[in-house]
Amino acid sequence: MSLLEVDDLHVRFPTETGMVEAVRGVSFSLGRERLGVVGESGSGKTITGRAILGLVRKPGQVRARRMLFDGIDLARLDERGMRRLRGQRMAMIMQDPKYSLNPVMRIGRQLTEGLRLRERMSPAEARRRALDALEAVKIRDPERVYDAYPHELSGGMGQRVMIAMMLIPGPDLLIADEPTSALDVTVQAEVLKILDDLVRERGMGLIFISHDLKLVSRFCDRVLVMYRGKVVEEIAADRLDQARHPYTRGLLNCLPRIGGPRGHLPVLERDPAWEEA
Amino acid sequence: MTAMIEIDGLDVTFRVKGHEVQAVKGARFTVGEGESYGLVGESGSGKSTILRAICGLAPVTGGTIRIEGRPLGPRRDKAFASKVQMVFQDPYASLHPRHTLDRILSEPLAIHGIGEHDRRVVAALESVGLPASFRFRYPHQLSGGQRQRVAIARALMLEPEILLLDEPTSALDASVQAEVLNLLWDLREERGLTYLMVSHDLAVVDHMCDRMAVMEAGRIVETLERPDLLAGRFRHPYTRKLFEASLAAGG
Amino acid sequence: MSGPFLTPLGRLSAWLTDPNPSSRLQARLGQAWLTWLRFSRNPLAMIGLGIILALVLMALFAPLLAPHDPLEQDLTRRLLPPLTPGHWLGTDEFGRDILSRIVHGSRITLTIVALVAVTAPVFGLLVGTVSGYFGGWVDAVLMRLTDIFLAFPRLILALALVAALGPGIENAILAIALTAWPPYARVARAETLTVRSADYIAAIRLAGASHGRIILGHVTPMCLPSVIIRVTLDMAGVILTAAGLGFLGLGAQPPLPEWGLMISSGRKFLFDQWWVATMPGLAIFIVSLGFNLLGDGLRDVLDPRSTSR
Repeated sequence: MSLLEVDDLHVRFPTETGMVEAVRGVSFSLGRERLGVVGESGSGKTITGRAILGLVRKPGQVRARRMLFDGIDLARLDERGMRRLRGQRMAMIMQDPKYSLNPVMRIGRQLTEGLRLRERMSPAEARRRALDALEAVKIRDPERVYDAYPHELSGGMGQRVMIAMMLIPGPDLLIADEPTSALDVTVQAEVLKILDDLVRERGMGLIFISHDLKLVSRFCDRVLVMYRGKVVEEIAADRLDQARHPYTRGLLNCLPRIGGPRGHLPVLERDPAWEEA
Repeated sequence: MTAMIEIDGLDVTFRVKGHEVQAVKGARFTVGEGESYGLVGESGSGKSTILRAICGLAPVTGGTIRIEGRPLGPRRDKAFASKVQMVFQDPYASLHPRHTLDRILSEPLAIHGIGEHDRRVVAALESVGLPASFRFRYPHQLSGGQRQRVAIARALMLEPEILLLDEPTSALDASVQAEVLNLLWDLREERGLTYLMVSHDLAVVDHMCDRMAVMEAGRIVETLERPDLLAGRFRHPYTRKLFEASLAAGG
Repeated sequence: MSGPFLTPLGRLSAWLTDPNPSSRLQARLGQAWLTWLRFSRNPLAMIGLGIILALVLMALFAPLLAPHDPLEQDLTRRLLPPLTPGHWLGTDEFGRDILSRIVHGSRITLTIVALVAVTAPVFGLLVGTVSGYFGGWVDAVLMRLTDIFLAFPRLILALALVAALGPGIENAILAIALTAWPPYARVARAETLTVRSADYIAAIRLAGASHGRIILGHVTPMCLPSVIIRVTLDMAGVILTAAGLGFLGLGAQPPLPEWGLMISSGRKFLFDQWWVATMPGLAIFIVSLGFNLLGDGLRDVLDPRSTSR
């Protein structure tokens, strides 16, 4: 049985100028695998991730025929039930650790708070678990980071702490929304490697949301390409070069390459028909 | 080739809460007329600070900046404005949120007492591939790529010879990045502009620039010609690290 | 939504919401229209707006609306209770109709509000933007000056000023305006500090713009919403200060039907003829409430932090 099954997900936002349909009938299923969701800004990829976690705020409206997580229908779950799942069994890593960590609380306290509240763990035990988690994300000096404030950490370090924090409760599903976009290229690779190892070791399901098709294809098993709130192509990551949809092909071709031809880069001709499909 | 921009031993030091932070240390390079020169590095390497120092937006504490052979003083006057312009990284932050495109584009003309606003504004919109009907829109009615086009149009209103490009596409989607890079490419060919372009993306700099300087922690660690990069002819370990990371990301 | 079949109203709406306006005026009106649409969805704010509009209409048509001359005394009809035929809100100690006096008093209240609203915020905005934009010693001098004004309770300062200038409605307005600007300077300065380092300000500096042009054309528009909100919320305080000065005999002088003055003269009868002081008090309360509701509504639609995406 699959870990997550999303069937016909719609998300709409009312605005002054009418209804905006951010997600229009997205369906997919996820096992204990790594699924990439790729699209440009406005494609609805982030909203899809947030909708699964029940994080779409009013006045946004979420509707789905079915959204089964391990047999639980998320679409029919109330806020309390959702809160029990969130953080414990489903977790999310956001783009910028600057905004996801509490700036006035030491890292250690942020890491252990959940353990002490939810699992009624003793402070010493919680501390040990948190230090283990920091070590698991390859932080060389966990004791120092444990006692640090978020602003004392670099971007890459902050994102590792975020990963550690999300993985402490041992979730079954991890949604990572552009987890490395705010980081420098040389740091990106390290963070991705850590995330990859942990997901493999623990057999989690991962939804990796990104604008970067090539990055996703190296990192995931399967890729969903989204355009204007719809999935236009679903393809195994290692067969990306055989992608058929012109949008996917366009995304692959429009990036400059070192030593590539100069002058004009190929541009995407957006076909209105893609929005229907 | 005459030198358009000469940076010689440039130091930039910020005062932050009493102690000093040296953002640029002894930077030295020359950009020739009509050349496209790249500054590559990661966040905090000081690459954007060099551009801001040229514009008088960052405190120069040592060295000289010469534009067409003339050293710049502490003030940037109108003559400088009509010679050097800048395109900023974030098109969401670089356009005034309460001004229409018409106002944004005609303001430089008004400052410099140039007439024919109607004709020039419409021509500017068209030159960056935007329809004239956008003229009275507000920035929030445009997409990121369209905004960046407006920012480029604004920079060109005074017909400068030098364009400083501060990560002009890093806030944009890949497909939009391609469009904006193409636009910048065309504008340089048409107008013979000199570009000084800052980017964290080695592939973008490689695509746009003939020569480049690699920066790390405020210092220029290596300067390269474009063929050197592809052939792997670089010495500094940081350049290699950056090169390998970019190659991996580029697939 | 094509042209010829639309009603004039529909055509106006289409013109306002045209995504490609053909002039600056149309663009600006279109934005104002969208703001209005958002504002009009807030029922409390609409109630506030209704109260203020009613006040304005009442002031404009006071002679038509008031059943009696507000100054006409009739000692045979003094201290009549409310709901007396012909005097629905009763009469005061000189037999003057309270309703008529409140209606005419709205003119005084509105004059005070309007004069304060066009002077204090403009001055505050100027001080605040200049201070925030230049920083350094300009900022230090201007802000210390502001602090001095802020250090005194508003009413006390106004009292001192009126005492020095001599009692009277004009001096009361002057005193209120002189004591009202410091908060606007603070708000404008805080807003300027966030705007000052924005890229769009750097861009216009790069175009060679003068400081005056930057402050007036580029910084001020960003400070305006916060200041407008603050002014609207402050209007209740301005009315109360004016009433307080009137109450203490330092503002409007008898027999002018100023609301604070009316409360003051009614306090002698508070226990037996409660309406003499209560009716103008209610008027002050309702108008203050109106401004507060309006201000809250404006904050929701104008605050750059809530609208910028």
